[in-house]
Amino acid sequence: MSTHDSSAALDDRPAKTHEPTSGQTIGPFFAFGLNYPKMHEVAFPHSAGAIVLEGTVYDGAGHPIPDACIEIWGADTDGSIPRGRGSRRRDDHTFTGFGRSHTNDEGHFEFWTRNPGSVDGEAPFFAAVVFARGLPNKLHTRIYLPEDAERLAADPLLSSLDESERATLVATRGADGSLHFDIRLQGERETVFLTF
Amino acid sequence: MTVDSDASEQEAFSSSVVLDQTVAAPETLLASHDMPTQNQITQEINDLHADAERRLAAGERVPSTLYDFAPYRSSILRHPTKNPRLVDPETIELWSPAYGQRDVALIESDLTLQHTGEPQGERMTIEGRLLDSWGRPLRNQLVEIWQANAAGRYIHQRDQHPAPLDPNFTGAGRIVTNDDGYWKFTTIKPGPYPWKNHINAWRPAHIHFSVFGSAFTQRIITQVYFPGDPLFPLDPIYNTIRSQKDRDRLIASYDHDLTVPEFSMGYRWDIVVDGPDATWFEPEGGEA
Repeated sequence: MSTHDSSAALDDRPAKTHEPTSGQTIGPFFAFGLNYPKMHEVAFPHSAGAIVLEGTVYDGAGHPIPDACIEIWGADTDGSIPRGRGSRRRDDHTFTGFGRSHTNDEGHFEFWTRNPGSVDGEAPFFAAVVFARGLPNKLHTRIYLPEDAERLAADPLLSSLDESERATLVATRGADGSLHFDIRLQGERETVFLTF
Repeated sequence: MTVDSDASEQEAFSSSVVLDQTVAAPETLLASHDMPTQNQITQEINDLHADAERRLAAGERVPSTLYDFAPYRSSILRHPTKNPRLVDPETIELWSPAYGQRDVALIESDLTLQHTGEPQGERMTIEGRLLDSWGRPLRNQLVEIWQANAAGRYIHQRDQHPAPLDPNFTGAGRIVTNDDGYWKFTTIKPGPYPWKNHINAWRPAHIHFSVFGSAFTQRIITQVYFPGDPLFPLDPIYNTIRSQKDRDRLIASYDHDLTVPEFSMGYRWDIVVDGPDATWFEPEGGEA
C-alpha cells in the first residue's frame, strides 16, 4: 500500500493502452436491478460504534430527487481499509465499508455505518458516489467528519476551497451521534464534486 | 401527529399542510415540461456535440459524457454547473469493496432461468472482460445488470409503458468476474423503450451495467447497445457521450462464434474502467 505514495514509482508506470468505457445515466428503473437486502447496513444497526449517516439529495430548484442512488465507501474506525467480503450478502457482523442507499420519495437516503478513522494521518472522510435519473454520469464527492479541526484545516482539498464550498463537504453531527449530509446537484449551495 | 375526527378540520389540514409538503410522485416527473419534437431534440444534440468540439479545440478539459445536456430534459435541473475539482485520489479512494466468487450464485448470471417458464423473446448471451486502462484484467469485481423485457417493458412499478410484462422474465442479474476479468450473462434481447422526453421518444435497446473496479474512482454505471440500431442518432441519453468513437465503444459486437446453434445469439463487449495514474498500482491483499 505504501507504493501508492511513491511518486518515483509513479514515474515508472507505463502509458495507458486502453480507452475507458464512458458512463451513462443510471436511468429511472434501477431499483429492481440494484436493490439487495440490507444494502445500506454497512454496520449492523445499533451495534457498538454504529451510527446513522443520512441526508437528502436536491435538484437545482431545491426539490428533493426521489430516484437517486448514493453509495459510500469508508475506512473502519481504526483507519484500516476494510477487506472483509459480504457487502452484497451481509452477515450482520463483518464491516465491509461499502453501502448503497436509494433515495425515497422525499429524496432521503440513509446508512448505518461507522465513523471512519484517519488513514495515514489525513482528515477522515467517506468516499461517496452519486447516481440519479437525469444525471448523465456518476458524480464523486467526499463526506468529511466535522470533528478534528486541525486535520480538516490541513486537508489539501478542503483548504483549496472557499468557506461556502468547504461547507458542502463536511457533515454535521447530531446529538445522537448521527451524521447529516445533504447533496445538492445544482444551485447556490451546489455540492463540490470531484474528478481524479 | 394526531388526526382530528372532525371532517372539516381534516380537510383544512390536508390542503394547507400535507399537500404543500408532498413531493410529486416520481412517475409524474418522467415527462418533460415542454415535449419538443424529435427534430428539435436532434438539432440540440448536434449543436451540443459541435460546441464540445469547439471547447476541446480551445484546450478545455471536456468530459467524455456531457453533464450539461439539455436535450436529455430531466438533466436540466440535475447537472452540476461548476466544474468538478481535480484531486489526487487518497487512501480509501484507491481501494474498492472486496467481492468474491461466493458472493453471487452462478445462476444469477442467467436471466432466463429465474422463473418456472421460458421468457419470451430472442435468447442471447453477452460476455467480455473487465479491464483497466493498461489492459489488465480486473478479477473478483461485481457486475450488475438490469434491462427491459423483449417488449420493451421494465418490471419496475413506475414503468407505465403499456407493453406486456413477461411472467418469466425479471430482467436483473449479477456476476463476479473470474481471474481473467471475464464475465458472461445469458438473457433476452431487450426491446426499444418509449419514454416522455419528447414527442415519439424511444430509447435504443440497451442493458444497464454497473461495475466496480479495483479503485473506487473507477466505479462506473453505463449502458450497452446493439449493432445497427436506427435510434442511435435520435437518442439524447446515448448522445450525452460527445464523441462518435466513445459512443461506438458502448455497442456490443455481434460474434457468430459465440452464437450457439439453435439456441442463442452471441455478443461480445469489453468494459474498460478509467482510473487516475495511481491506480496503476494494484492494491495488495486481493481476494482469491
